Amino acid sequence: MIDTVLFYAFALLVLGGGLATITLRNAVHCAIALIVSLLGVAGLYLLQQAEFLFAVQIVLYVGGIMLLFLFVIMLVNLDQAARERQFNRQWVVAVTAVAVVAAEIGYFLWRGKAAFHIAENALSPASALGNTEQIADSLFSEYLLPFEIASLLLLVAVVGSVVMAKKRI
Amino acid sequence: MSQVPLSWFLVLSALLFALGVAGFLFRRNIITVFMSIELMLNAVNLSFIAFAYQHKDVSGHLFVFFVMVVAAAEAAVGLAIILTVFKNRATLNIDDISSMKD
Repeated sequence: MIDTVLFYAFALLVLGGGLATITLRNAVHCAIALIVSLLGVAGLYLLQQAEFLFAVQIVLYVGGIMLLFLFVIMLVNLDQAARERQFNRQWVVAVTAVAVVAAEIGYFLWRGKAAFHIAENALSPASALGNTEQIADSLFSEYLLPFEIASLLLLVAVVGSVVMAKKRI
Repeated sequence: MSQVPLSWFLVLSALLFALGVAGFLFRRNIITVFMSIELMLNAVNLSFIAFAYQHKDVSGHLFVFFVMVVAAAEAAVGLAIILTVFKNRATLNIDDISSMKD
């Protein structure tokens, strides 16, 4: 019961924040609405017992990426952009594309709905380890190579963004 | 065991993804377009977590972790590109930034 109520509350945050993100005029308001949406997603992670990713979502997304967004919004001048038209003219194409994507996902959900109850019948015993320990075990054994590649990717991103944002190296 | 069925999470994820697609296609401000991409990434992460929870498998969490790492890298590079475009063009309207088309 409490799970259902929490799900509805977080889903309201997620969808309300998302809707505000794509409709509000001022870019700062959009960023704040996106933060609300990301916090709702973090709450849903906690509801699904993903404690580690809950913390990462808060620290990395809300604390890192959205802060970066707000800094960039502060650096560029958006007063003029807020007064212009917000939506482009090809709205027929856009509505068609969104409807096709929604119909596609809905169709696959409907086709695959028999597969949704796999795990409910065959529950593996809950591990004695916590969520973070499980992730660490898996990350540093099975997924070690992707982890190292991810660190390389972050290095490339850091160097690349400094090169692009700087006037003269 | 949570009482919330998996399909609710998947429907929520699909709705969030459709919102991201709509924002990506409708908006003219490049920063808001970028935010719509983050919305889509979060929708995918949400369904990863829902499946990981249902299957009692931690691999889904790792995929979400890697998606977040890539999203961070993408945000850093993308925002640097936005800053450079604004410095050179003094506009963030995606309809005005079309020199590769001409």
